[in-house]
Amino acid sequence: MELTFGQMMFYLFAGIIVLFSILTVTTRRILRAATFLLIVLVATAGLYFMLNYQFLAAVQLTVYAGGIVVLIIFSILLTSHISQKFEKIGLMKNIMGAIAAISGAVLCITTILQYKFSATNAAAEEINMRLIGKSLLSYDKEGYVLPFEVISILLLAAMVASIVIAKRSKTTNN
Amino acid sequence: MEFSIYDFTSFTKSLDKLLNENMSSFWATSIEMLLIGVGILAFYALVGLFLVYAERKVCAFIQNRVGPNRVGPYGIIQTIADLFKLLMKELIPIKNADKLLFNIAPFIVIIASFLAIAAIPFAKGLHAIDFNIGIFYVIAVSSMGVIGVLLAGWSSNNKYSLIGAMRSGAQIVSYELSVGLSLITMVIFAGSMQFSVIVEAQRDGWFLFRGHIPAIIAFVVYLIACTAETNRGPFDLAEAESELTAGYHVEYSGIKFAFFFLAEYMNMFIVASIAATVFLGGWMPLHVGGFSGFNHVMDFIPPFFWYIGKTFFIIFIMMLFKWTFPRLRIDQLLTLEWKYLLPINLVNVVLMALIVLNGWHF
Repeated sequence: MELTFGQMMFYLFAGIIVLFSILTVTTRRILRAATFLLIVLVATAGLYFMLNYQFLAAVQLTVYAGGIVVLIIFSILLTSHISQKFEKIGLMKNIMGAIAAISGAVLCITTILQYKFSATNAAAEEINMRLIGKSLLSYDKEGYVLPFEVISILLLAAMVASIVIAKRSKTTNN
Repeated sequence: MEFSIYDFTSFTKSLDKLLNENMSSFWATSIEMLLIGVGILAFYALVGLFLVYAERKVCAFIQNRVGPNRVGPYGIIQTIADLFKLLMKELIPIKNADKLLFNIAPFIVIIASFLAIAAIPFAKGLHAIDFNIGIFYVIAVSSMGVIGVLLAGWSSNNKYSLIGAMRSGAQIVSYELSVGLSLITMVIFAGSMQFSVIVEAQRDGWFLFRGHIPAIIAFVVYLIACTAETNRGPFDLAEAESELTAGYHVEYSGIKFAFFFLAEYMNMFIVASIAATVFLGGWMPLHVGGFSGFNHVMDFIPPFFWYIGKTFFIIFIMMLFKWTFPRLRIDQLLTLEWKYLLPINLVNVVLMALIVLNGWHF
């Protein structure tokens, strides 16, 4: 079977994602787990680039790789020492974990295989910023202004809560 | 094959055609990717070497010294000699370090800056990838460099490098906001994130002049914030020599240290070229609307030299910053960002939106 460039890149990214996802949960050093998670997230962004959806790929890189992983690493830097390792997991826990993971994988794979994917003839559409911005803030049927505003209120509440928590610990110390 | 120094579009197109005629599209694409990769890599190394030399010379003149002047005329070959010294140095393994992360960290730093350089337009048609979200892409990939810095600091198992990494992390994460917001101000003005569209829109005048007050505010904020984001003085407390010996890369030696060093200079080059592209028109020659004779004279200078000239002008400003201002403390640094730059930036975005909506620009 002749592989096209796209297929080759897909298998490369998929292999990286599978390999490093497994490494993330099996490594015994916490910062290594965070680094492997970073590689998984970057490879996912690569898949989005392959789909020609650059906006989502860039969001994936900024929010997950540049934001969340940096926060995780930052908290690890503040709390743990380099010599710390997780305890070895017992055999029973390993077996139970493997059974849970495999049954989950089987469930997902059978569902995907049963679905009939039909190829579409529609031309690939470039999703530009204007389109995303307009549908994000439109009141119409296909608009997303309500979820957008709800999420922004949620973020505001979280920010206020974090400031309140930070302030309180300061006053009790004095 | 036609070649013009003013417009590379036809040259790249004919190269693409030549390759596709002689081999399958798989190999043609592979060779094109290889050519671009090698080209950018060579450019990367050359600019890095030159920037180190320029920094030493500028520093020397500001401090009333001569600077490197022994190796080659005016010491031009000095940095090449330094490079060979670094390449031949022993790579010292750290006994109690996390070896995997210790070795990965320099590569993460250098890959992040290498990804960013791919989206920068060097001249008309000399542009590796032209995403419709160009600016956002550059912000996204350059935000990953801090991970390398944090990993390097932690995995070295050294208190100085850990403190340096923490400082650097706090600094980059906070100043990223200002860099992003000041670029968003210009995106509002340009109406696009695509670098080629942004450069083309500045044909009749650079955005710095056309956007007047908010554009100048955004430019100043961008210059301050990107100096901080590249960990350069006066914001270089991540590697404050007098307190932390060298900060996060204190345990690195040889080529691994050179990677951090090179990435730092290339990040400076990247932020300077984004500033040149977004505010000063990129490779577009200086045009004044209406003066067609003047514009025609300016067109004779090839776009690539315009781009390099503007970028090095901004780099020169950043070097002046480094050697004239005293280093900030960490609390002063965070105060500057969160209490001054960020509010100014948010107001500036609204001001720019107002100006664009009312058409109060040139």
